[in-house]
Amino acid sequence: MSGREAILKKVRGALGAPLDDAARAKAVRQRLAKAPTGVVPARGRLPEEERIALFRQMAEKVSATVEHVKKTGDVPNAVAAYLRSKNLPASVRMGGDERLRAMPWGRVKALETKTGPADPDDEVGVSHALAGIAETGTVALYSGVENPTTVNFLPEHHIVVVDAKDIEGDLETTLSRLKKRFGKGKMPRTLNLITGPSRSGDIEQKLLLGAHGPRALHLIVVDDGRIGNKL
Amino acid sequence: MQITSPEFKKNARSALSDTQLQKALGHVRTGFIDKRQASVDALPEFDELRDSARAIKDHTLAHLDLYLERYEEKVKSAGGYVHWAETAEDARSVILDICRAAGARTVTKGKSMITEEIGLNEFFEKEGVRPVETDLGEYIIQLRGEHPSHIIAPAVHLNKEQVEADFRRVHDHLRPNRDLSEPESLLAEARRVLRSEYFTADVGITGANFLVAETGSSVIVTNEGNGDLTQTLPRVHVVVASIEKVVPTLEDMSQILRVLARSATGQDMSVYTTVSTGPRRPGDPDGPDEYHVVLLDNGRSSMLGTEFQDMLRCIRCGACMNHCPIYHAVGGHAYGWVYPGPMGAVLTPSLAGIDKSGHLPNASTFCGRCEAVCPMKIPLPKMMRHWREREFARGLNPATQRYGLRAWALFASRPRLYHLAASFAIPALSFFTGRRPRFRYLPFAGGWTRHRDLPAPENRTFLQQWRSRQAAKQEAQA
Ligand code: SF4
Repeated sequence: MSGREAILKKVRGALGAPLDDAARAKAVRQRLAKAPTGVVPARGRLPEEERIALFRQMAEKVSATVEHVKKTGDVPNAVAAYLRSKNLPASVRMGGDERLRAMPWGRVKALETKTGPADPDDEVGVSHALAGIAETGTVALYSGVENPTTVNFLPEHHIVVVDAKDIEGDLETTLSRLKKRFGKGKMPRTLNLITGPSRSGDIEQKLLLGAHGPRALHLIVVDDGRIGNKL
Repeated sequence: MQITSPEFKKNARSALSDTQLQKALGHVRTGFIDKRQASVDALPEFDELRDSARAIKDHTLAHLDLYLERYEEKVKSAGGYVHWAETAEDARSVILDICRAAGARTVTKGKSMITEEIGLNEFFEKEGVRPVETDLGEYIIQLRGEHPSHIIAPAVHLNKEQVEADFRRVHDHLRPNRDLSEPESLLAEARRVLRSEYFTADVGITGANFLVAETGSSVIVTNEGNGDLTQTLPRVHVVVASIEKVVPTLEDMSQILRVLARSATGQDMSVYTTVSTGPRRPGDPDGPDEYHVVLLDNGRSSMLGTEFQDMLRCIRCGACMNHCPIYHAVGGHAYGWVYPGPMGAVLTPSLAGIDKSGHLPNASTFCGRCEAVCPMKIPLPKMMRHWREREFARGLNPATQRYGLRAWALFASRPRLYHLAASFAIPALSFFTGRRPRFRYLPFAGGWTRHRDLPAPENRTFLQQWRSRQAAKQEAQA
């Protein structure tokens, strides 16, 4: 008997479940089909303006930095300003994501933009998020032809662009956004939910930023008229 | 890993007199508890979420065979492989086969308790494969030839001076007079050293916090980012997970995520929650070419349908040990196997056998804090009691304890005799305390009094006090 059959047989035996119990099979089918949403914290259900403010507050709480720009076209300048403020070389790594590609990078003089998966020497990676999650200050990124995963982990600084309209209140709404995009039960190869820069508390429980992943996470929120000058 | 749980008493004794260990354990007693409390206080729905998480796992366990089949089907349709391993030995040999087929000489590893459970590193070394732990804590203890002393903070038993000494000993290619006095410099050095390993490794091995049946995904939850580099850079990614890790849907994962990090480290969410589904897709610029899942049983199916089934809800958050007075006193190594603290005291006898686990179910004061903080509401004290009963029924506990219990039973089942004896015993005990309300020494209780005082009983028995209080109350009412 193969390991598979042996394990399944033991599980069924222990549960006292016959092989073809229609009621059990139906319970499982229904649960998978309906995928019921459980308890969502009230803080994950705020109206738009408060939601965007909470996103910022939660992200800052976990040591990410957050800035707002008015429109997509402002992103390259914001990136360049970030590099200058940290004394970093004027070079960024990014995937071929069309939302990033559509930005006017050429307008920023002497900024090198490298596309493709990250090298160990890259200091700054730029990604575009599928969504932000306000309840925890998280950004959701997924891998694909135009979105290498290494950009999220190898560079010391990770800059993530997120549109204000994509900031959701809770994780469940973000997951259903993903399901809409890929189809139910289908997933991108990698979904990264990132909450703050990498850290470790493994030596004497002292919390240190920049373990193996990025030391700094900078979030650029593109308002597009949503928040205007209110923030 | 060699099991030394039957030596729990001996292990505990040496832990209590280990000054380095006692200093390090101070960080557990304070840090974890305060951080968890703060994050729980900040989420009014926390308790409701615990109930929801418990219900999800109960439902899944009751339909475990079906969810496992569904999970397997989805992994395959995403281009991955599923290997079923009944025992630790089966798992080791499947993993070795995958590594051999990939021509692997170096294997990087993300933090995984399951690979500790199956003793993968020792096995790899014997077979000529070099395992490299990449989680900072795991890396440190690997250098020391030790095992984790905590399920989420593997090196919590060490102080920074010890880590510095290990780094100087092992990283002997680096400048000998470099400054390593602070955790910051130690972390930076580990980061540099491990960077090159990710790129040399042929296979990356991770555990999984969840397996999602709906999508065939494996999920890792980490803070350092090492798990992600481990699974993204090598050509082959192997996930090793036990069968009870499966949950039905992504929504179910979300419920449990909300209680996991808060219970573990007091974070609202860990830094990296990564959901992986199959290998690199056509046109993907990075990611592994092969994706394997090794599904391990190793005794879990025999817990189903028994009084220990609830233990399979465990999400390995570590809250029970962080709040355990015994763990605070002796640390994780004294427990003698992979899983320490209250969850280990229940799990070790289930997985390794009660005859090999000796005193573990007795390593408890039954204060109930573990159950009170467990996000999955696992009745840990009750299950430890079940093990004690089984231990007693099988005559596994020492003769003194059995005779003691029998003598106690003789009195306990004869109330008059009991009260008579108790009213004599109390004045007799005060002979040893003098006027202090605590014993510094008591015959036959040296195991206790060597490391702490024993509180002395009140001057009168409970019943005597109760009666006089009731009488006083009635008088007051009259
Ligand atoms: S038993 Fe409960 S508290 Fe302990 S590790 Fe498991 S889930 Fe966490």
